[in-house]
Amino acid sequence: MKPTNIQDPNYFHKVVDCQWACPAHTPVPEYIRLIAEERYTEAYMLNWDSNVFPGILGRTCDRPCEPACRRVRTEEKPVAICRLKRVAADHKGDIGPYLPRVPTVGNGKRIALLGAGPASLAVARDLLPLGYEVHLFERDPAGGGMMRSQIPAFRLPADVLEEEVDLILDMGVECHFGHEITSMKAMLEMDFDAYFVGTGAPRGRDLKLPGRDEVDQHISIGIDWLSSVAFGHVDSIAGNVIVMGGGNTAMDCCRTSKRLGADSVTVVVRSAFEVMKASDWEKEDAMREGIPIINNRPPKAFTHENGKLTGVLFGCVKPVEGDDGRLRYEPSGEDDVFLSADHILMAIGQENHCPWIERDLGIAFDKWDCPVLDEATLQSTHPKVFFGGDSAFGPENIIWAAAHAHQAAISIHLFCQGKDLKADRPPEGVNLISTKMGIHEWSYDSEHDPAARHPVPHADKRQALGNIKIEVELGFDKRLAAKEAQRCLNCDVQTVFTDRLCIECDACVDICPMDCISFTENGEEPELRQRLMAPAANGEQDLYVSGHLPTGRVMVKDEDVCLHCGLCAERCPTNAWDMQRSVVHIPQLGSYAQ
Amino acid sequence: MTFVVKPRIRHPQLPVNDLGLTRRDYEGAVSTLCAGCGHDSVSAAIAAACAELSLPPHRFAKVSGIGCSSKTPSYFLGKSHGFNSVHGRMPSVATGANLANRSLYCVGVSGDGDSASIGLGQFAHIVRRRINMVYIVDNNGTYGLTKGQFSATNDRGSTSKKGVPNLYEPIDLVSMALQIGAGFVARSFSGDKKQLVPLIKAALAHPGMAFLDVISPCVAFNNHNGSTKSFDYVRGHSERLVEADFLPAQAEITADYDPGTTEDVPMPDGSILRLSKVAKDFDVHDRIGALEYVQRKQERGEVATGLLYVEPDAADCHDMLGTVETPLNALTEADLCPGEAALERLNESFR
Repeated sequence: MKPTNIQDPNYFHKVVDCQWACPAHTPVPEYIRLIAEERYTEAYMLNWDSNVFPGILGRTCDRPCEPACRRVRTEEKPVAICRLKRVAADHKGDIGPYLPRVPTVGNGKRIALLGAGPASLAVARDLLPLGYEVHLFERDPAGGGMMRSQIPAFRLPADVLEEEVDLILDMGVECHFGHEITSMKAMLEMDFDAYFVGTGAPRGRDLKLPGRDEVDQHISIGIDWLSSVAFGHVDSIAGNVIVMGGGNTAMDCCRTSKRLGADSVTVVVRSAFEVMKASDWEKEDAMREGIPIINNRPPKAFTHENGKLTGVLFGCVKPVEGDDGRLRYEPSGEDDVFLSADHILMAIGQENHCPWIERDLGIAFDKWDCPVLDEATLQSTHPKVFFGGDSAFGPENIIWAAAHAHQAAISIHLFCQGKDLKADRPPEGVNLISTKMGIHEWSYDSEHDPAARHPVPHADKRQALGNIKIEVELGFDKRLAAKEAQRCLNCDVQTVFTDRLCIECDACVDICPMDCISFTENGEEPELRQRLMAPAANGEQDLYVSGHLPTGRVMVKDEDVCLHCGLCAERCPTNAWDMQRSVVHIPQLGSYAQ
Repeated sequence: MTFVVKPRIRHPQLPVNDLGLTRRDYEGAVSTLCAGCGHDSVSAAIAAACAELSLPPHRFAKVSGIGCSSKTPSYFLGKSHGFNSVHGRMPSVATGANLANRSLYCVGVSGDGDSASIGLGQFAHIVRRRINMVYIVDNNGTYGLTKGQFSATNDRGSTSKKGVPNLYEPIDLVSMALQIGAGFVARSFSGDKKQLVPLIKAALAHPGMAFLDVISPCVAFNNHNGSTKSFDYVRGHSERLVEADFLPAQAEITADYDPGTTEDVPMPDGSILRLSKVAKDFDVHDRIGALEYVQRKQERGEVATGLLYVEPDAADCHDMLGTVETPLNALTEADLCPGEAALERLNESFR
């Protein structure tokens, strides 16, 4: 293998699994260290820079970082990254001094943001400090988009939402609430310098089955129903409720129904439990509240009497693993199952849907009715129009919306400056800073903490089920947060090897608790992976290979389960190993403002 | 050294041996030696050899004297028996331990100060007596614990860290061991585990005195340009004579080697010591030849490494003295006090 190029910003970025997995590349270990130091405000701002909504995401994020956490591979459960983010938000002090200044004199460019969801808000935040005049158009009477309309208050309290939404709006956004956009043509005629479409994926899927039209008034589309609850148009649901679907919306629907007075709530899913789209913790929360989840039951028909819904007839299937490893479903041979119901909530997916964009404006759409975009710049085929969030590539989540927003904001800025959206894009970079402070002294807490993941305390179940506004998760207090923060392995403190200093004394090999380090003859990667101190079976994790050493061998480090404990550097007599904190520079518009 | 204790957590896919143990189970306490000390590599090599042979850690007796080297038994086989004795007196304690309980694996770790200076007499006599043990000298040619004076194995002309040359001839423990009866003599290098681990495995299988001189650089005081015991010097001047590969009992013997250069030596426990000769004119069973070879090399400033001499059917102290098979602690009162009739028979035999 060739020596690893550690100048490549991606190499060490990839080692920080959580940050690499985060669409917005939030520097997770850095903010966890700040939390451990009780520097909640700084931890909050580090998050705010990357993901814009730390308080909201600390409660609702899909957490792609957690399954990626190295702790899953070294032990079992990941660090509770998401809940630590919430700690930063809950305990932060005055963030005023840290906020970017918005210039009093604008730069003369006007930008229209369509939809007031997370994507548009994040674009606004990125653009305002550069003097842009930002106009926000939204159908609903308040900002927040799906964060307000689809996430129930028992998961995301209104004050948390409003604080972070208002923070951006108060930076000087021209808000046009209650403005339903019916024509993109009309918008373009308003002659803004650029347009950002962040209207989400607002159309919930429906299911055309026998009986569907006859019982229309007893069937609600999940996201529309949640929205009605959020804006106070619906405050009760009666009788037996069946929630159809296995995603997070289904979980929110069933838990909301339970709180609004349903006699019984049942979730019925056509697929197997393991492949349900809902996050594990959301399934667990629903089950903890006593809501049954019935799997492998595809619906066949809605039954009704005198125009009133009586229930749903379900077929029975069983999952069979195909040759490609994917599940297929075959009839299980059991009789059809009938479940009586008074109300059905349909939560079987949603789509982006832009009927208001006329198709003759030069904005091309693909065969799935998604806009044709450049993935890097998020520019549509109309140079002035950019997309982000769910309206770009279909339903994702808030953290993806923030990630799109950063890229779209850079594109809009370059576009307004008349620059090339790709060639002039600022590059990524990485800085390495030694953490060595003296003999046996490192500027990070290097010792491995074997503690198991700390569970988040919950509100009393009976109380929580009685009031939709009572937040179920209480969050970590400062003491628990400090304990959980200790579990972080500090994967951004990198093991950096300087081959010309190495005397091949083997001290690092002997001390490494995870047998990550080997000195051996070089070879081709697949073969080399077989003959290291411990087998390097995880091909997704890189091997760090040095140049040739005096004996002709090379140092090979398997990054997979390295604890970043620094013992290699502690034991190295020549400082060939050093523990260096990597700071990955992900370009953001803020860097222009400075 | 480090104050940070090595965490107990291990690689999830680390291989386990026949006892269900990983090599991590053969480690000891955290080392207090200098960072990069060769001795830590020797400790790791001993742990690796014992793990690979699936030997139960609690069947080991570790003995040592005084010095950096003699601290190391704390750092491997944490779940075994140990005795950190008086300076240069490890052989006495080892002799006692082995006579009392011959069923234990006896591993002695000493240094050039402990064995070639204060304990030279003890060293000579335990080798003569062929105590069944593995005797390892971590040889760095310097008194590291007292900040770098020349030791008795330091080569004449080799300099101190400040450039002062050594005036005296070195004591070569390998030559002494060859002269006075060791049945297994090897020299290796702490920076070459590929050679060292099989040698330790073979030494553990050898019945009788197995002596290993391991050049183990002192990174703090004797790893400079004027030293003949530095990483660079040893790597640049060593000649590997005979590579030993240790095949445990019941291992499948494959014949994919060149018979002219390879020899299988059966060991009493059924294992095989496979020797690959690198130097063509070297005979590993020729005690006098080995002695001459080693000394000629030394004259030229070179270091001969590998297995230097092996006598596979060597008798050990117990064989020579005809001692009882059972360890003394397992003898019952009836064995130890056989009664008046037995005494009578014994007395009768002298009349």
